[in-house]
Amino acid sequence: MENEVKLAAGAMVALSVATAALVVLPYLQVRDIKPPEGLMPYTSAELRGRQVYVANGCVYCHSQQPRDRNFGPDAQRGWGRAAVPGDYYYDKPHLLGSMRTGPDLFNIGARQPSKDWQLGHLYQPRAYVPGSIMPSYPFLFDVKDAAEPDDDVVKLPPNKAPFGKVVVARPEALDLVKYLQGLNHTYPVLPPPVQPAPASPATPAS
Amino acid sequence: MDSAILSLLGAFLLSIMGLFFFIWSMRKGLLVENPRAATVIFAPGELGRVDDPALQGGAQDRWQGAIAKPGESDHVEDPDELRHRIEADHSTAFPVFMFIAFAIFWLVLGSLAGLTASLKLHMPDLLVSEAWETFGRIRTIHLTAVLYGWITNAALGVIIWLLPRLLRTQLVGAMWVMLGGALINTGIASAIGAIGSGWTDGMEYLEIPWQIGIFIVAGFVCIIGPVLYTLVNRKVESLYVSVWYMVAALLWIALLFIVGKLPGVHTGVQQATTNWWYGHNVLGLWFTPVSVGAIYYFLPKIIGRPVRSYNLSILGFWTLAFFYGQVGGHHLIGGPIPGWLITLSIVQSMMMIIPVAAFTINMAGTMWGRMHLARQSPTLRFMMFGGFMYMLSSLQGSLEALRSVNQVAHFTHFTVAHAHLGAYAFVTMVLFGAIYFMLPRVLNWEWPYPRLITLQFWLAVLGISIYFVGLSIGGWLQGLAMLDASKPFMESVTVTIPYLQWRSVGGSLMLASHLVFAGHFLAMALRFGPTRTGAALFTRPTKALELAHGE
Repeated sequence: MENEVKLAAGAMVALSVATAALVVLPYLQVRDIKPPEGLMPYTSAELRGRQVYVANGCVYCHSQQPRDRNFGPDAQRGWGRAAVPGDYYYDKPHLLGSMRTGPDLFNIGARQPSKDWQLGHLYQPRAYVPGSIMPSYPFLFDVKDAAEPDDDVVKLPPNKAPFGKVVVARPEALDLVKYLQGLNHTYPVLPPPVQPAPASPATPAS
Repeated sequence: MDSAILSLLGAFLLSIMGLFFFIWSMRKGLLVENPRAATVIFAPGELGRVDDPALQGGAQDRWQGAIAKPGESDHVEDPDELRHRIEADHSTAFPVFMFIAFAIFWLVLGSLAGLTASLKLHMPDLLVSEAWETFGRIRTIHLTAVLYGWITNAALGVIIWLLPRLLRTQLVGAMWVMLGGALINTGIASAIGAIGSGWTDGMEYLEIPWQIGIFIVAGFVCIIGPVLYTLVNRKVESLYVSVWYMVAALLWIALLFIVGKLPGVHTGVQQATTNWWYGHNVLGLWFTPVSVGAIYYFLPKIIGRPVRSYNLSILGFWTLAFFYGQVGGHHLIGGPIPGWLITLSIVQSMMMIIPVAAFTINMAGTMWGRMHLARQSPTLRFMMFGGFMYMLSSLQGSLEALRSVNQVAHFTHFTVAHAHLGAYAFVTMVLFGAIYFMLPRVLNWEWPYPRLITLQFWLAVLGISIYFVGLSIGGWLQGLAMLDASKPFMESVTVTIPYLQWRSVGGSLMLASHLVFAGHFLAMALRFGPTRTGAALFTRPTKALELAHGE
C-alpha cells in the first residue's frame, strides 16, 4: 500500500502547491481590487457585442493587454498605457489574449472611434488595410437591393460593395462595434500599490 | 522587510531543505542503483530479447540477431508470467480499441481543421460566408479535436493498456472504463458542435462550455475508479516508473479540468492566471507524463534492456511533478498580473531542465550502443524521435520563459511553433509509436502493410520539420518587427506571410501522414492484408500471435 499512498499524496501535494501559487494567491490578491474611477460597466449592447467577440474567437489574434514601455513600443503604437488589474474588473471571461497576429485592442475605441470604419472593416478588412490577413465577416451583414427605413447601411469605400447592392449591418455587427467603441481604457490610474512579495512563494516541499 | 532579505531567506531555507533531502535519500539508499525495479517490465526470459509487434515474424528474428550478445539472455522463460500478461492484454482489448478508434477519428478531423485554419491565415477570404467556418472557430475546433479528441483518447488507450501489464493483473471494471470513454467522447463531440455554433467559454484551452465539461469529468471519474481499483489489487510488488507517471497524470487532469472549469468563481486577471495555470498544466501534467511514461515502458521493452537508472527516472518524476505545475505564469510575462507570480513561473520553467536532463541522460544511457535498432523497428523509431523532441521542446520552453527571449517570442507564431514541437513532434509521435506496438496485441492481427508505417513516419517527420522551422523563423521576425517602433504594425504581418505558407505545406504533409495512418488502421481492423495469424477480436481470441512472438 505504501507506494500507492505515496503516489497519490505526492501528486496531490505537487498540484496543490501549484494551484496555491497560480490560482489561490492571485485570487486573494486581486479580489479586493476596486474598479478605477474612469471605468464604466458594460452596457447590455456592449455585453452582447462582447459575446460576438468571444464566439468568433477574436481573442486568438488580438490581445487586450498593452505592456509597459520596458517590454515593447505598445504605447508608441497607440495601444495605450500599461494595463492594471483593475481595468479588467468587469471582464468575464477575461480576454487578455496570447497572440498579436493583429494589433492590441484594449484601446481601440479611443484609437478608431468611427462606427462606419469599424463596420466596413469587419465587412472587408482589406478595403481599409491593404495586406491585412484578418478574415472578412460577411455573415454579420445582409446584402440587399435597397435599404429599408431603419437599416444601418455600411458606408464602404467606392467599388467595395457588391455592384448595385447595399450592405446592411446585422444586429450582431452593431453590437460588436458598440463593444469595440467602448474599449477605451485611457483614463488615468494610479500605479498599483507596492505589494511585499510573499517569502519565496510556494517553495517545493522536498 | 524588503524583498531582497526575503529572497535571501527563501534561498537559505531552500538549501537547508535540499541538504536534509540529500541526507534522507542517502539513508534510504536512493543513491544506490536499483536494477530490480527497472526489470519489472520483463518477464523472465525476456531480457536481451527485442520485442516489436509491429515487425513481421521473420524480421523480428533477424533483428534479434543484430543485438545478440552473450551473457544478456541468461533469463529462463516462465510461461506463467506470460499467461498473466496475455490475460492482462485480453482484459483491456475492447476499451483500448475503442479509445484508439476514437483517437484516430479525431486526429483526422482535427488535422483537417488545422490545415484549414493555417490556409486561412494567408488566404483570409477563403471560406468566410458561414460563421462556423471563420478562423476563430475553425482554429478552436482544431485545438479541441487534437488535444482532447486525439491526444487524450490515445493517452487513455495507452494508460488502460499498460497499467494491467505493469501491475500483472487484469483490468477491473472494463465496462466502466468504456462508459467513461463514451462520456468523454460525447463531451468532445458536443464541444466541437458548440464551438462551431459559437457557444464557448472563451478562454484558450478551456473553450469547452462547462455544461459540456460535466460529461468529460464524469467520464474521467468512470475511468479513474477502475484504474485505482486495479492499482490496489496489483500482483506486483514495486511500481514501475511508468505507473507513477500515468496514474498521477490521470488524477491531475481530472482535478485540473474541474478547477479550471468551475463556473462563476474566476474573474478578471485572476481568471487569466487560472487560465494559464490550466493551459500549461494540461501539457505539462497530462500529455507529458503520459508520453514520458510510455517511453519509459516501450523503449526498454523493445530493445530488451532495462532503463539505465531507475532512481534517475523517479527523480525525473518528482521534479516534474513539483516544478511543472507552476510554470503557467510565463504566458503572461509583461501582463497586468503580480510580478512575483511571473518570476516564480520563470524560475520553475528553468528548473524544468532537471527532469528533462534526468530523462535524457537515462534514455541515452539505455539506448547506448543500440541506436541502430531504430532502423528496423517502427515503434522504436517513433519513440526515439519523440524522446529526442521532448528534450528539445522542453529546453526551448525553458529558454522561452526568460524575459529577454519572451519579449520577442511572446504574442507571435514562434509560440505556436513551440507548441507544435511539444504536442506533435514529442507527444503525438510517441503515441503513434505506442499504437503501432499495442494494436497487434489488441487485435491479434499484424499490421498489414509495414511499408505504410515507414511512409507515415517520414511524412510526419518531414511535415513537422517544415512546420516548425518555417514558423519559428517567421515568428521570430514577426516579434522583432513588432518591437521596432519605427516600423508600422503591418510590417509584422507581411513579414510572416511566406512562413505561414510554408506552415501550410508542412501541415499538408502531416495531414497526409494521418490519412495513411487512419487507412492502415482501418485495413488492420477490417482484417485486410497478406498475413492472417490471429482470430478476430469479436471471436474467442487465440494466443498464437503472442506465443509466436515470444511474448
